[in-house]
Amino acid sequence: MSLSALTGTRLREHRLAAGRRQADLAAAAGISASYLNLIEHNRRKVTPEVLDRLAGALGLDRVALAGGADAALIDGLRAAAGAAAGVAGGASGDGGAELDRIEDFVSRFAGWAGLVVALDRRSQGLQRAVEALNDRMSHDPHLSQSLHEVLSSLSSVRATAAILAETADLDPDWAARFHRNLHQDSERLAAGAEALVAYLDAGSALAEQGIAAPQEEVEDWLARRGWAISDAELAAGLPDEVAALASLAARSLAQDYLVRAARDALALPEVALSEAVAQGGADALALAARFGLDPLVVMRRLAVQPALDVGLVICDASGTLTLRKPAAGFALPRFGAACPLWPLYAALGRPLQPVEAGVAVAGRGGRNFRVQAWCGVSHPEGPRGPELRTAAMLILPGGPQTFGAIPVGSSCRVCPRSACPARREPTILSEGA
Amino acid sequence: MSKHVLLVEDEPNIAEAMRFILSRDGWRVSHVAEGDRALDQMRRDPPDLVILDHMLPGLSGLEILAALRADPATRDLPVMMLTARGRDRELAERAGANRFISKPFSNAEILAEVRALMDPA
Repeated sequence: MSLSALTGTRLREHRLAAGRRQADLAAAAGISASYLNLIEHNRRKVTPEVLDRLAGALGLDRVALAGGADAALIDGLRAAAGAAAGVAGGASGDGGAELDRIEDFVSRFAGWAGLVVALDRRSQGLQRAVEALNDRMSHDPHLSQSLHEVLSSLSSVRATAAILAETADLDPDWAARFHRNLHQDSERLAAGAEALVAYLDAGSALAEQGIAAPQEEVEDWLARRGWAISDAELAAGLPDEVAALASLAARSLAQDYLVRAARDALALPEVALSEAVAQGGADALALAARFGLDPLVVMRRLAVQPALDVGLVICDASGTLTLRKPAAGFALPRFGAACPLWPLYAALGRPLQPVEAGVAVAGRGGRNFRVQAWCGVSHPEGPRGPELRTAAMLILPGGPQTFGAIPVGSSCRVCPRSACPARREPTILSEGA
Repeated sequence: MSKHVLLVEDEPNIAEAMRFILSRDGWRVSHVAEGDRALDQMRRDPPDLVILDHMLPGLSGLEILAALRADPATRDLPVMMLTARGRDRELAERAGANRFISKPFSNAEILAEVRALMDPA
């Protein structure tokens, strides 16, 4: 443990608080009073053994006296001062905080220091939430489309109505034409306004659960079901549950999901799948070969078997995650892009070739997983049409430490591995935090 | 001979209403609905004034404006933009639009802006 420069100050304060004289304490710790005086004024380094004796004589823990526990607080305060400097833009560069006296502050007012750090973290969290909401408002294509529609039809209604009202000598043919336009545009205006109201209503309901994109809504619904939908339910469809989703976009995504899951279930029914898994384990590539199926079908089927705790992520050719089924201990990003080191992306770049790897999740207590990934290619509009890629990565519990496991994270901002060569942006965590 | 205004607007009913009020104000009005046809039309029949919608199929209003300002022949051509939102107005101002009208506009506003633009005195 490093003894901080202000151990002496802390020692002096504790001694005074305990109402002990320097000579008494020095005698109890077996050192001279003049040596204690030098220590208390931070003019002599104190050895761990002497500190132990002094702490013992004061009935204190040596860690508290040496200030080792304050390192995290000091880091946190520095970060808070840095963030405040960004906000205030002060010429001093530290938002006015006395950086050279941080240790002094922490040693005297540990509780207040902790509060400053906690408030700083909270303000950063809120700032991110505001940014996310703002992005969603200004880049929401549905909202901007609805507003455009309403403003366009309203412009037309206003201009046309004014012509009809203000033109005394309007030709009857023109008048008839403008009346017809007015009728058309008022219908459009009504439809646009209804769509806008429906959108905003759905939005306010969602705001209560936190802000949810359609994909999150569908994933939350599936998570509430434990991702399990029986073959019988798939065959019948789940119209009531789909109808209960808040947004139109989520209902459409959920319907697509169910149609594909039903097709997958026909290709690989529950009974056949569970027998094969009991014999050979949850090996998507082997099962695909055995049943003569697309590995993507097998991965999607394995991921939703309640008895297996496996995760699944699926992305399109842009790398955008289109499905996120988490596995315990393998965090998936809720927003934005994922870790570029995921073998999912290796598969995306090598279509139709199996990728298998061990991965180790970054951070303290990060677990090991075995992953299998595969990328399929399709041309839904024929061979001259666009090529679509779908890559999937099945995340299987990995058991003991796998040698040569690829270190992976969730997303750069929340990944503690600061020296990662694939890093896109700085992390908000520190290594091992 | 009357002055010529080119109206670039994809909403047919807005275009019809504007054509009517501008014609009655003494303008010769030509109209295109797609952004990518606007530049051709201008070369064929050069206007004295362009009224440009912001959101257009093909080429956007801002792209047309940038092309006009880049060409010495049309660098000083008066352009009035129809915009919906505040942020679009900033972009249009930077791209070199002379005047702006926000939707939903009134007919009197359009005429007043057009007159002010063509006769600054």
